[in-house]
This record gives sequence, structure tokens and C-alpha cells, in this order.
Amino acid sequence: MISPFIWNNAVVLTVAVPLLAAFLCPLIGMFTETGRKAWVLAAAAITSALALFTAWKVYTYGTWVYVFGASVPNLTVPADSGGIPVRIMFEVDAMSALMLVIVAILGFVVILYSTMADDKRSGKAGYYTLFLLLIASIIGMVSTGDLFNFFVFFEISGLASAGLIAYRVEKGRAVEAGLKYFLVSTLAGIFMLFVIAILYGQYNALNIAMIAERMQYTSLDKLALVLIIGALATKAGSVPMHFWTPDAYGLAPSAVTALLVVASQASLYGLFRMTFTMYNLTLNAVTVGWILIILGVLSMFVGVTMAIPQKDVKRLMAYHAISQTGYMLLGVGTGLAVLGNVAMMDAFGQMAMEGGIFHIINHALYKGLLFLTAGAIIYRVGTRDMNKMGGLGHKMKWTMVFFMIGALAIAGIPPFNGFASKLMIYESVYLFNPVLAIIAMVVSILTLASFVKVFHSIFMGPQLPEYEHVEEAPRPMLWAMGILAVLVILFGIFPQHVVNYLITPAANALIDQSGYITAVLGGV
Amino acid sequence: MFANLPYYTVVALTIIGFATVLLKRNLVKMTMGLNILTAAVNLLIIVLGFRAGGIAPIYTMAPQTEMVLPTPQALVLTSIVIGVATTALLLSFTMVIYRKYGTTNVDEIRELRE
Repeated sequence: MISPFIWNNAVVLTVAVPLLAAFLCPLIGMFTETGRKAWVLAAAAITSALALFTAWKVYTYGTWVYVFGASVPNLTVPADSGGIPVRIMFEVDAMSALMLVIVAILGFVVILYSTMADDKRSGKAGYYTLFLLLIASIIGMVSTGDLFNFFVFFEISGLASAGLIAYRVEKGRAVEAGLKYFLVSTLAGIFMLFVIAILYGQYNALNIAMIAERMQYTSLDKLALVLIIGALATKAGSVPMHFWTPDAYGLAPSAVTALLVVASQASLYGLFRMTFTMYNLTLNAVTVGWILIILGVLSMFVGVTMAIPQKDVKRLMAYHAISQTGYMLLGVGTGLAVLGNVAMMDAFGQMAMEGGIFHIINHALYKGLLFLTAGAIIYRVGTRDMNKMGGLGHKMKWTMVFFMIGALAIAGIPPFNGFASKLMIYESVYLFNPVLAIIAMVVSILTLASFVKVFHSIFMGPQLPEYEHVEEAPRPMLWAMGILAVLVILFGIFPQHVVNYLITPAANALIDQSGYITAVLGGV
Repeated sequence: MFANLPYYTVVALTIIGFATVLLKRNLVKMTMGLNILTAAVNLLIIVLGFRAGGIAPIYTMAPQTEMVLPTPQALVLTSIVIGVATTALLLSFTMVIYRKYGTTNVDEIRELRE
């Protein structure tokens, strides 16, 4: 059914298809407006299908290594290369595959949403080019097995995101947000390049697996690790480098914001990939683990306390996004802190990591859903200020239902998906350090309180006269939100299946450094 | 001493670049600072790739088959291209901000601080 060409090359096509579609998009738009819409939707659908196929293949047959420019795609170390994998390669293991699943779902959903939400705006040619570029770069970031290639996709995602954030100038405010984001992102990019220089200078390799095998953890490597954590935690929007997040998330068009969440998570993935796969046991696991935990706890707490007084609905959600990133750092950081200690790893480390990783996909789903509902409200009402909203539940019933699902999921109420992953984090982190688990629970309660307030001020109350003619959001936007809402509920009702099929292999892939190395360098 | 001169240049450029980014309040100057920082890292990669007496990997001209691997140069080329795109985008943002706000001073660009 699937042609051998796709079977063998799907992992590369996931990047190639959106790239090609991105740059053909303005050309097609010159002739037909509807044609471009169909083109963008088809490109997103094909990309998502290919990404899901790649993920399925990886989960079924194991790590997929694809070498560019080699006579056969799995020739990682050519005979005349002196044992060094000289070519750029993609290496998709279970963790990357999980990220591919996230991009596949969110990428398609936001494009579907955006075809309607941005229909009446101008300048769509460049908009969709950047949109597809961002999807391509996120896929590249999570699939690559090469450090410099990671840097290139990292920069592309920075450029595309900044362009998208600033796209609707909004009297200069959106450009200000874009500029702030881009300054930070460029600085992070320079850090990454410096890391590449340090590692290449020492180990003569750019391949992550090769560097991992040769890793000595010298003092230069420690400097590189600091720069990696600094750069990637900044791009993931963790406190204390979070200042760009509320501006960028708040002012970007809503469909873009939902995708920016995934772009941040790709940086988070990069952070986990570097610490677990490249350094693994060579680093001082307890110290670095605690650094991640502290970053996580700070993010959780600062994010939620800053969220409560916000009046702008998207800014508020952006602060909650920071807070939720903290849960992922907390879960995976706990796993890192006990890495190498088999007894503690079995007792709770594995579960903490699974909780943290599960939270990544859950967060992408419900946060994406929440940003899309916020976008639908802004689309119909025309204001972001929650004090000016009210009584919208009378007219926008479906949006209200979707918002409720998202809000309950982010607050960790059963039976939604946020509960499943948060419970795993609470249970495991409690065994590691009870205080951390209690902070996590308190943050969860504050999140619930904040969203109850938001729900009340947007949807409840009598119908306001100025919103008499407000209608329900248009169909494609409802479908987009519906897909995410259904997934949020499904993941919440059947968490065990998701954990077994998707999350546990991903956590094992992160822990198992030798598996990643062997896939490239062969059996040692 | 003299052999390490490129590394000292890297350090000097890094310090100048960082100082410019952190201390200057003008967006154009901050962009310049970022460019200097990028140049510092590019120079570092090039210097790391230098091999005394190495042979350039031009196959038709090489006297022997043992040649220097041109990866660092390739990396820097890519990085320069990315740097150009970055600078272009930063400067165009600066332009829009100047048109809308009438200033390029980051201390006065504070519409978003709530």
C-alpha cells in the first residue's frame, strides 16, 4: 500500500515537503487564493501523515537512522572516513518520534484553524511560507542526529517564529514582542554555535552519537553544558529567562501561538537530548538534575503567580504555559538527578521521567486548545481584555465547552489528560522530595483558581448588549479545536495505553544512551 | 604568544560583543554587538580548524591524498548566511519600531511592560 520510496524516505520527506510547499506558496497565491488555501492544507496534511508514519515505524522497528548523501541511507560510517560519521544524518528514536507525533497533530490543527481565522487578513503569502517553515524547522530539530544541523534548524525556527510573532504589526507592539523574542533567540543561537565550536574542537565530530561516545566531561565540556542549558532553557521559556514568553505568546496570532508552544517544546527536547544522550552519566547527575528541578519549580511558581493578575486573556495563558513547562523540567530533572542509581531509578526516577515526558504531549494538546479558543473569542469579540468580555457562553457554546475541557485539563482535574501526567509527577516526585511535590500541587490549585476566574469573566453572567450579534466561531476553527478536545479527553481516559505505547519507549530512549550511540556507530 | 593571537582576538571580540549587547540601549548598536559576537564564534571555529602545513582539499591540485577536512569552513559559511538573515530581520524590526514609536532606544520601547 505504501510505496517503497515513501517507506524508505519518509523521515526526510517530513522536512522536505513543508519546505518545498512553503516556498511555492507565494507563487500559487499569485494565481488563486482558494488554491493556496488548499495547497497549504494539503501540505500540512501530508507532512502530518508522513510524520505519523515515521513515528509509527520508529515505534515498531526501532531507531531510524537516515544518512544524507550516502549510497545507502543507513551507511553511517563510510569505510574511508576513519571511523567518524562524516555525513549529516537524521536519527529518530522513540523520544524524537513522540515529538513528531506532537508536531503532526498540532501542525495540521493550527493550519486548519488558521485558514479560517486569518482568512480576512492581508499578506497571507509570506504568512503561510513562514508557517510551513516553522513546522519544517521543528520537525528538523527533533529528528536530527547532528549538532550543527540542530543549530541550523534552531535558527530557522527562531527566524520563522519571530517573523510570525511580528506579522500583524498591531501598532508596533507585535514587532516589539517579535524583536524581544528574536534578540533572545539570536543570543541563544550564538551560544549554541559556541557549544559546537567547543565540542568540535575537542572531539572532531558533530554527530551527537559520536560526541556522546567520546565525551570526557572536561572543564570545557562543563562550560558547553552551561551554555546548552542557558540557551535551550531560554528558548523553552523557563524562569528566569521567561520574559519574552508572555509578549510573544500574547501578541502572535492565535494559531501561531499554539505552534510556538510546540517550538518551545522542541527546544526542551533539545535540552533533554543533550543532557541525557550527549552527556548522560559523565555529567554530575545530581547537580545538573537539581539545576533542572530548581528551574522547573521557579517556572511553575513564578508563572502561575504572574498569571493571576493578568487582564489580557492570551498573556494570562502564556504565563500558565511557563508554569506548565516547569512540570516537565521537574519530572525529567528528577529523573536526571537519580540517573545511574538503579534502585532509585526503578523506585521513582523512571516514573518521574515518564510523567514529565507525558506532560509534554499533554501540554501541547490542552495549551494548543486553550490558545485556539482564546483566538476564537478574540476573532468574534475583537478584544483581548477579559474585563470587557462577559456572557459569551450564551452565544459561543462550543467554544465554551472546549475552553472548559482545556481549563480542566491544565488544572489537572480527572478525567482529562493533565491529571494523568500530573499524578505521575506528584507520585514519583513525592518519593524523591515531598516538598517539591507539594509545591507542584499548590501550583496546580492556583492554576485552577486562575482559570475559574477567567471562565467566569469570559463566559458567565448576563449577555452584554454590545455582544448581541456575536456568533459561534466558524466551522473549521471549531473542527480544529474539536480534534484537540477529543484527544485531550482520550488521553485522559486511557492514560495507561498512551504511557505504554508512546511514553515508556520515549523515556527509555532518553535513558539508554548506548542504544542511541550503537544505532550510528554499530555494535561495539 | 604569537601563535595564540587568533584566540586572544576571539576573546576580545566576545567581550566587545557582549558589552555592546548588554550596555548599549540603541537597537542598531545592539544588532552590531550581536554581529560582533557571531564574528567571534565564527573566528573561533575557523581557528580551531587551522592545521599548520595542512593541504587544502582541492582534489585536482593536492600533492597527496591526505588533506584537511573542510568541515569548519563549511560550518562558518552556513553560520555567516544565517547571520545575514538574522541581521536583516533584526534591522527590519528596528525600522518598523522606529516608524511606529519614533525611537530606537530600548528603554523607551516599553509598550508591553504591564
